[in-house]
Amino acid sequence: MGNVGASEVPQLIGPDGLRIDGRRADELRPMRVVAGPLKRADGSAFVEWGANKVMAAVYGPREVHPRHLQVNDKAIVQCKYNMAAFSVDERKRPGLDRRSQEISKVIAEAFESVVFAEEFPRTSIDVYIEVLQANAGTRCAGIVAASVALADAGIPMVDLLPAVAVGKVGGHIVLDLKKEEDNFGEADLPMALVPQSGRMVLLQMEGHLNLEELKRALDLGVGGCRAIYEKMKQALRDRYSVDPPTPVAEVAA
Amino acid sequence: MSGEVTAEILTTHILELAREGRRLDGRAIDDYRKVTLEPGYVTSADGSALARIGDTVVLCGVKLEPGKPFPDTPNAGVLTTNAELIPLSSPAFEPGPPHPRAIEVSRVVDRALRAAEAIDLKALCITSAEKCWTCFVDIHVLDHSGNLIDAALLAASTALSHTTMPRVRFGLAETDIPLDVRHLAIETTFARLGDAIVVDPSVDEETACQGRLTIATDEAGNIVAMQKGLVGAFGPNEVVELAERAFRHGDRLRAQIRGG
Amino acid sequence: MSGHLYASVLGLVQRKPPIVRVAALSGRYAPHAGDVIVGIVTDVQGSFWLLDIGAARWAPLHMTGTPWKIDFGETGEHLRVGDSVVVAVEQIENTGRIGVTMIGEGLGKLEGGTLVTVSPAKIPRVIGKGGSMIATLTHATGCKIVVGQNGRIWVDGPLEGVDRVRASLELIELEGQRRGLTERVAELLASSGRGGPGPAHPPPPDADAGDEGGVPVDSESFPEQ
Repeated sequence: MGNVGASEVPQLIGPDGLRIDGRRADELRPMRVVAGPLKRADGSAFVEWGANKVMAAVYGPREVHPRHLQVNDKAIVQCKYNMAAFSVDERKRPGLDRRSQEISKVIAEAFESVVFAEEFPRTSIDVYIEVLQANAGTRCAGIVAASVALADAGIPMVDLLPAVAVGKVGGHIVLDLKKEEDNFGEADLPMALVPQSGRMVLLQMEGHLNLEELKRALDLGVGGCRAIYEKMKQALRDRYSVDPPTPVAEVAA
Repeated sequence: MSGEVTAEILTTHILELAREGRRLDGRAIDDYRKVTLEPGYVTSADGSALARIGDTVVLCGVKLEPGKPFPDTPNAGVLTTNAELIPLSSPAFEPGPPHPRAIEVSRVVDRALRAAEAIDLKALCITSAEKCWTCFVDIHVLDHSGNLIDAALLAASTALSHTTMPRVRFGLAETDIPLDVRHLAIETTFARLGDAIVVDPSVDEETACQGRLTIATDEAGNIVAMQKGLVGAFGPNEVVELAERAFRHGDRLRAQIRGG
Repeated sequence: MSGHLYASVLGLVQRKPPIVRVAALSGRYAPHAGDVIVGIVTDVQGSFWLLDIGAARWAPLHMTGTPWKIDFGETGEHLRVGDSVVVAVEQIENTGRIGVTMIGEGLGKLEGGTLVTVSPAKIPRVIGKGGSMIATLTHATGCKIVVGQNGRIWVDGPLEGVDRVRASLELIELEGQRRGLTERVAELLASSGRGGPGPAHPPPPDADAGDEGGVPVDSESFPEQ
């Protein structure tokens, strides 16, 4: 990611052990999840997480086009993760790039691990993730949004899929990196957890961690995912609450 | 997907309603849906706005970067408009390279901004023939519930009105200044439903319509751009009458942008 | 086993020991044999039509599944792309293929009227207990109403009546989960139909307007074609 005018590594952990935005090591950025803000999609969700704004929509299960992608005994899960041109400091050229394609692939596989695809042979479940404003952790925000959108679309799944990135910053293992921590930190480990099984269906890592640090990072990540899981469930409850009336979700606001 | 087929009886019903001056969503022929504008929606952009027309949602982000002027306009900056009809926003949109329909939205919005001289391109010149600002207007459709062209320009005009020139970030000056928006272009789109011509068509009305006409106006009383789209036709008298209606809607929406 | 039960879809839990049921709150139409549904023709082939029924897959309607005598290649003379039909689901095969038929009482091509689409999850509320909601709508507006289990509802009658049925269905779609729905729909039907801009609507027609009268129609009994 471009850092216009970036100079030296800033001090990311203060003497009080707090991070540049005042968070403790195990603290998440503020997060808001809205289920069903879009009209046209079969399911949708919006996630505002720190300075990230991410919209996800799900279409399907529906007929597969082109037909040769059809699989006889189950649905295929297709994902497209895309960053809006204005979502980052330096304008991103619209269109496919290798980073987005890789992220789309691992996210599709993560969801394929939890969706009961065999219930819908020869169909496609299409997941679209649009990053409107990026500040580190957009793939995790995208997974959270897409997962709520899948539930909103009535797709049968093993579980919702909370996701978060853990990292190493100034020698400390911390939860939920923001941009400066991501840019100047020593390690970044995004993960998506199936809460029911305690297993991870998305796991990536870049940087340097020793065994002790890896253990700490995974612990922190699992804890973060469990907290995010509650917010995801609440967003769905808010949308479908029986009585009193559903609060009008300010669409994507 | 391409498999979206609208029921013929729904289309027929829309035309039947229009004959009596009525519409599917209860609006009158010249009723525009509720418009809400949210400037500054994306802080990673130099200017941005979320525009809603009813259930249609469009996000526009503006980015300014130093670049090289075109050889034939050495003293002017560059304006680039790009619209993405992403598959997130409609079952009818597919992933892949821009569809002609997305290119049409980009071009029609671009024409209106240029012709209305929304921004003074000369003010984007930094060093003659060497360096100028390139102004990227990126339009992202989030929910396609009809009338994307109007929504796209509303988002773009609002975003430009709230754009800061990032001079500090690029080491060009000590302070940032707002981008000067001189004229606000507004597009008003109409759709023919038999003899009735409705303003601000919904998706169902766009499917049922026999021709679509977009008319862009500025505050000085000029018509600055037009685009006839979809299958159908309009007579000269109709175009003049629609232009009158376009001014009324344009003035109202301009006031809304200026007001916030 | 942990002794816990987990639902695979978003829904409302209904406990009738020893049975626990989860009623889905959203999602595309999940076909069941015997369902009467409304399909839209999306493709015409030599011996069958493909219907969009709002499910995961298009449903083929074979020419032998119609009351018409058709030769191969003549399918386009009976149904064209965009036509709407009332069909019944016959069976769902392991391949995901959804077999439908147009042979049966109340099944056939829809002529005139219009379609209103709601979430299939709201169909029980549209019908109401023992068909009460549909009876209310039919009596108040003089419209003929056919409810497809797939969320597509055919409404035919005077434009004013159709408008009020549509407004009521939109209310059910929006507030179908809340209590007191029947009262709110009755209120809406008693008022001019719809708020918002536009000229005031003319007063509602008499209940006996329309030749068929106010016959309550539920998902089992459709008007003859």
